[in-house]
Amino acid sequence: MLRAFKPVQRLLGGTLRDLAPLVLVIGFFQLVVLQQPFPDLLEVGIGLVFVVIGLTLFIGGLEIGLFPLGEAMAVAFARKGSLAALLGFAFLLGFSTTIAEPALIAVADQAGKAAAAAGVVADRPEAIDHYALWLRVTVALSVGLALVIGVIRIVRGWAIQVLIIGGYTGIAVMTAFAPPEIVGIAYDSGGVTTSTVTVPLVAALGVGLASVIRGRNPVVDGFGLIAFASLTPMMFVMAFGAIWKHI
Amino acid sequence: MIDLLWTTTLSTLLDVAPIVIVLGVFQFAVLRRPLARPGRILLGLGLVIAGMTFFLVGLESALFPLGTTMARQLTEPAFLGTAAASTDWRDYGWVYVFAAAIGFATTIAEPALIAVALKAAQISGGAVPPLGLRLAVAFGVAIGVALGCLRIVTGTPLPWCIIGGYVVVLLQTRVTPRLIVPLAYDSGGVTTSTVTVPVVTALGLGLAAAIPSRSPLIDGFGLIAFASLFPIMTVQAYAWLASTWSRWAKARREKAAVP
Repeated sequence: MLRAFKPVQRLLGGTLRDLAPLVLVIGFFQLVVLQQPFPDLLEVGIGLVFVVIGLTLFIGGLEIGLFPLGEAMAVAFARKGSLAALLGFAFLLGFSTTIAEPALIAVADQAGKAAAAAGVVADRPEAIDHYALWLRVTVALSVGLALVIGVIRIVRGWAIQVLIIGGYTGIAVMTAFAPPEIVGIAYDSGGVTTSTVTVPLVAALGVGLASVIRGRNPVVDGFGLIAFASLTPMMFVMAFGAIWKHI
Repeated sequence: MIDLLWTTTLSTLLDVAPIVIVLGVFQFAVLRRPLARPGRILLGLGLVIAGMTFFLVGLESALFPLGTTMARQLTEPAFLGTAAASTDWRDYGWVYVFAAAIGFATTIAEPALIAVALKAAQISGGAVPPLGLRLAVAFGVAIGVALGCLRIVTGTPLPWCIIGGYVVVLLQTRVTPRLIVPLAYDSGGVTTSTVTVPVVTALGLGLAAAIPSRSPLIDGFGLIAFASLFPIMTVQAYAWLASTWSRWAKARREKAAVP
């Protein structure tokens, strides 16, 4: 029991340090700039305690469970030697985690409203929902594809710059042709796709693969999967906006 | 709060379910290999889900309402002290300060970023210090969100800013140590998940609604894109500075050693 206490203490200390800036910023603006009293101080206090407990448990669980799991699966896939199985896994991992992502659901709903305001979609709830659903499917497909490309890159050892430059050029060209009301949403959708549970798993997978495959450096080749997952949605959403407008 | 705890548990489980299904199917049907230490991994998964739940409940009952209310209050004409809603970018000073401060503070508390920083420190053998990386990313988000707010106020077209930003990122890549480049690109995507998105989105929508001739639906977007672009620049800049500094210090030591 005592042995288990030390890491908990270390984690808790780290969490408190991580949250201090947030508390300071909100406190300063609330009391000094806006000069408003704190509403429901008790509830805010309980909420903060919850945040501290939650972050501590999350990071503990990450080190015990999620990181070893991601690495073990990367090693198992490399031993099995089937690229098709590995790519299928990467695609499904990207697709399934993105389609249910709450931040994406929120952005897709707003995108539906923006499209209705621009007159691309009929201003009826079912038409907007239909649009938002297809937008989510599009983004989920693009994240699945991003992980597939990213895994191929790790296996083949391509330099990341080449793919990123290609992606940025694609985005710049597509921006010129995409309908203006979709551009802002497309740019934002890149950032919201990678959720808090997906990131550690994807990072562990990439680093695990790069450490198992001979001739790859885990630092140089292991990272980059998340970068692709935030790049392809921008292109796919712009393509989606342009196609939707013309059918 | 008990209600919120319950609904958040359900939504976290729903969020994690597809991941667990995909992992399970591949582990047992494709890889057909028993998991090493299954008990420990299950415990870890349980802790992650419980941690996410507590974290989100705490944020939703304590910090998000405050953050979103403050974003609204800071953009109200009554606070800004202008007669009507103003279009002069100089009237929104506190908005930029708040944007930078809240961007920095939420990024330091972002669980996904902590995960990537831990991983980077582990595989680089400590060459990439976790706190240094997180500070570099947090400064990037702070600059990004503040400039993003300035863009909403001035109404500069978003594509110009983003494509211009990409050009800077690519130019920086030429002088950044090769080890850090993929990590820098990744740090753009991980900065904006659980904590940062809701507060930053509220800020953008409030700002676009407060300024005449801006539409929240079209001009309110773009802050997240800014918040994912600038960390790539600051992480590359940090790595470049660190390597230049160590090269310079080494050269000076060698010079001192030769009499």
